[in-house]
Amino acid sequence: MLTVAGLTLSRGERVLFRDLSLTLAAGEAVALTGANGAGKTSLLRALAGFLRPDAGSIAFADADPAAARRRHIHWLGHLDGLKGARRAREELAFQASWLGAGAAGLAAAVDVLALEPLLDLEVRQLSAGQRRRLAFARLIAAPRPIWLLDEPFAPLDARWRAALGVLMQAHVDKGGAILAAVHDPLPVAARAVDIGAGR
Amino acid sequence: MRALLILWRRELALAWSGGGGPLLACGFFLCLTVLVPLAAGGDPAGLRPVAGGIAWLALALSSILSLERLFERDLEDGALDLIALGPVPLELVVVAKAKAQWLAVGVPLAAAAPVAAITLGLPPQQAPLVALSALIGALGFALTGALGAALALGSKRGGLLIAVVVLPLFIPPVVFGAGALERAVNGLDPTPALALLAAYVLFAAVVTPFAGAAAIRNAQG
Repeated sequence: MLTVAGLTLSRGERVLFRDLSLTLAAGEAVALTGANGAGKTSLLRALAGFLRPDAGSIAFADADPAAARRRHIHWLGHLDGLKGARRAREELAFQASWLGAGAAGLAAAVDVLALEPLLDLEVRQLSAGQRRRLAFARLIAAPRPIWLLDEPFAPLDARWRAALGVLMQAHVDKGGAILAAVHDPLPVAARAVDIGAGR
Repeated sequence: MRALLILWRRELALAWSGGGGPLLACGFFLCLTVLVPLAAGGDPAGLRPVAGGIAWLALALSSILSLERLFERDLEDGALDLIALGPVPLELVVVAKAKAQWLAVGVPLAAAAPVAAITLGLPPQQAPLVALSALIGALGFALTGALGAALALGSKRGGLLIAVVVLPLFIPPVVFGAGALERAVNGLDPTPALALLAAYVLFAAVVTPFAGAAAIRNAQG
């Protein structure tokens, strides 16, 4: 589904990692670990096409990288991409429909993440955990096979960590793939890759 | 096409929410056109020869006001990452945002332009030409403004940088637009100046999507 070969990535003068190779297969979850500053977020951003690596290749099965990123990838980073002054309903509708969701997908996401009571609130009125659930809803509403997640559970309480773990497991069971940068263990069976280990 | 409509509708909603960008731009535009006659001593006859130029200068300055909102907010809150992974290339995203900027800010300014120009002393029969030239010029302002906004992404004091980047790029439409009005006032055919204005818009429509998308990609890194 995704193959990384010989990747070298630097930020300014600092080389984050050299010659990193990684595969992500269908039906697999990978927990990306490493110390702060090891380059987990930068690797995810490079996979999403936001950062240009110094060397190496990133290949997607069945599609060139630009097309694959527009059709196959979900990105959930530190920032939720939500506008504070807009209502949760408007933001969710934009995010999900922009990524290809239909009305049925949107309704399912609202249902499974219990978002209905929040939809008429302005985003700035939501807690960090509620905003994260709202952002996560686009992953459910608009099915895409590869999920790139950067510390996805940071603002969530134990109940919602478990609930999102169930949703992630369902995604993997359906043949999807997850690559998540984490400090704590993922709540799904996952292969761990420490990107600081090879340095 | 559906995706672009989704983005376009969202951009229009954002332009009208949280402070009302179009109202702010029109208010600023009208304030400028009231201030200039007062600063010039209140002599309408003295202002008449330069009324078109002042109106176009006010249009250009008013068009800059809400440019920072175009991309910077989306970069700050992470929405630009989401948009970049949408179904259309960033080049088309830039065009959609520029067109929304034109519709939300440029068209209201073009509607206000005849009032301002007549206030400054332009003959009332030139009002349709003022509106038409402002409509075309505002599209140019939106396109080159979007490029300036993309180039200033991620920089400190981005709003100031946008003005510094964009104002020199606004010189041609100001010259051509004011020139069209001057020709009409002097009984000449304004078409050549309008054609140059349209050519500027076409040039901006070709350059802005690619240069703007490249600037956004650079800022995301």
